[in-house]
Amino acid sequence: MSVSGKLLDVQHVTVEFHIGGLMGGTLLTAVNDVSFSLDNDKPEILTLAGESGSGKTTLSRVLLRDLEPTRGKVLFEGRDLSAIRKRSEFNEFMKKVQPVFQNPFETFSPLRRVDAYLFDTAVNFGMASNRRGAVKVVDDALHNVGLSLDEVRQRYPHELSGGQIQRVSVARALISKPKLILADEPVSMVDASLRMEIVNLFQKLRDEQNVSVIYITHDLATAYYISDRIGIMLRGYVVESGPVEDVLERPAHPYTQLLKESVPEPAPKERESWAKHIALGTTEVKEYGRIGCKFAGRCPHVMDICRKADPPDVQVGQQTVKCYLYSEDAEKSAAGTGH
Amino acid sequence: MALLSVKNLHAYYQTEVYGISRTVRAVDGVSFDLFPNEIYGVAGESSCGKTTLIKVISGSIKPPLKALEGSVNYTFGDYSVDMLRASQDELRQNVRWKEISYVMQGSMSVLNPVRRVIATFRDIVDTHEGITDKQKFLEQTRAHVNRLGLPTDVLDAYPHQLSGGMRQRVAIALATVFQPSLIIADEPTTALDVVVQRGVLQMIKEIQAISSNTVLLVTHDMAVHANVADRLMIMYAGRIAEEGPTETIFNEPLHPYTQHLIRSLPMIGERSTKVSLEGAPPNLAHPPTGCRFHPRCPYVMDVCRTEVPELVTVKERHRVACHLVKEDSL
Repeated sequence: MSVSGKLLDVQHVTVEFHIGGLMGGTLLTAVNDVSFSLDNDKPEILTLAGESGSGKTTLSRVLLRDLEPTRGKVLFEGRDLSAIRKRSEFNEFMKKVQPVFQNPFETFSPLRRVDAYLFDTAVNFGMASNRRGAVKVVDDALHNVGLSLDEVRQRYPHELSGGQIQRVSVARALISKPKLILADEPVSMVDASLRMEIVNLFQKLRDEQNVSVIYITHDLATAYYISDRIGIMLRGYVVESGPVEDVLERPAHPYTQLLKESVPEPAPKERESWAKHIALGTTEVKEYGRIGCKFAGRCPHVMDICRKADPPDVQVGQQTVKCYLYSEDAEKSAAGTGH
Repeated sequence: MALLSVKNLHAYYQTEVYGISRTVRAVDGVSFDLFPNEIYGVAGESSCGKTTLIKVISGSIKPPLKALEGSVNYTFGDYSVDMLRASQDELRQNVRWKEISYVMQGSMSVLNPVRRVIATFRDIVDTHEGITDKQKFLEQTRAHVNRLGLPTDVLDAYPHQLSGGMRQRVAIALATVFQPSLIIADEPTTALDVVVQRGVLQMIKEIQAISSNTVLLVTHDMAVHANVADRLMIMYAGRIAEEGPTETIFNEPLHPYTQHLIRSLPMIGERSTKVSLEGAPPNLAHPPTGCRFHPRCPYVMDVCRTEVPELVTVKERHRVACHLVKEDSL
């Protein structure tokens, strides 16, 4: 086990799905050459944002080892996920990487008491040998999310509010003392007046429990509020990544610019700019099959080269941007310095 | 002249199973008016009675839902309808789709997955007006779709071939075939991405501007209301907490619940700590006494626990139901 270095290292992960019948059909690249890493000794919140169909959830399935990548590999604490074969090794991995799902009312069976899930998790991961011994473990996990065992004991999911049950679902993930939590749209089903308590909770986990969080969302406003770094995904590619302040305050990629502009500001005075007309794609699949930049069809700055080949990753300030707009500048400066 | 006038509406879900009766007071004493040529927003959390309110004003009251008290009156030019008393036949012939249409959240379930989009248009037009001339129907439908800025080839597509945003816009095109006086949009963009959401809402705004009709936009997303609605109603636990022009609601919210809703919205470029309210939205089978917000209110007083605050007009068109406000302004 590596003490320093990378907690999670995603190297050129590509996932392809075959759509259609046995004969023919098309190849859909859901995740395309994605690389990023999380440091072991510096917990952080990394947001993966993008519209539906951008590959966010497919990528999270790869990170949970629910799906084998077609190409590339994922290293967790220096270990290749595809090398995990034995059940015991997989259990060790699951203890350290835990998911939190979108809809807490679907996470828990309505016919089962929620505390049963917490005790099961504690016993299954060997945090306690039996139910009685697990009381402390479960209570500790619940305290981390601002609840206590007395509040949830013997309760069914419908007896808890959306905010409470989502906190229980985070507590369940915390029982095995994970190092990484993968939260896929954890607040989109929670009521507006309770949403911020979940979001604040992730920040607290990072600061007090040293847990890294991969926060998957399409809500840029909460992403800006909690995360340290952000990756913007479009049709399988990470088109822009970097510190969240840089990416969302000064977006470089035309898609990020459009995305940021489209977030409705909660203030009536911004109405005019938001009402500026935008073009929308008609059908779903067309952008996936396109050669070159997937945004070319909607991009206001589109050039001939964008439709011919995949744009390269270019460093612009603190951000990494996948766009030809910046690569020309990069080439010029590279020629100037004799690179 | 108001297009829709709702007065003191009480709509409850009443069930009786094995002699145990249960009443959920989903809409409890709601009064408001809708005027021609405006976008009226309704905001509130889940289970605050938004959807029940829509069911009643669109005339789909089915048991266990009962409208016990109050009135819902429409005036379409010189034709007026009492929604709580009109027969289903009358509603079908004269009101539904022609005067009131409905855009709902899951546009996928509006469109038949095994038929082309044009078939759904044909069904609707045939049911409400009858098609005598097929060629004329096709031309009119194409012209209608074109006017809304959609390509005419969407008519020959199957729903699964269209993107989520395009499907929702097709659903809006369906809802506006007969140029209705009122379009009810229930969470029309909740499942969509921000870019697509913007496109769909822009389309709703454009249609409203062109035909000068009324749009009732229901969503929990305050940021959407800020950009789209002209007037805004904030519902809490089956009652109106506050109502007023959107700018007033955002700039000078008076109800503590509204103040919290607006303060807790995260914004890009601003990172101050946002907090959630204590407690949870109440169960409407056993709502709190007095002001229904009092268990969660930071400014709770004794009077709030026992007396229901009345909805008082504080300024022009700005109404608030809160004991705090009452004392200040009167």
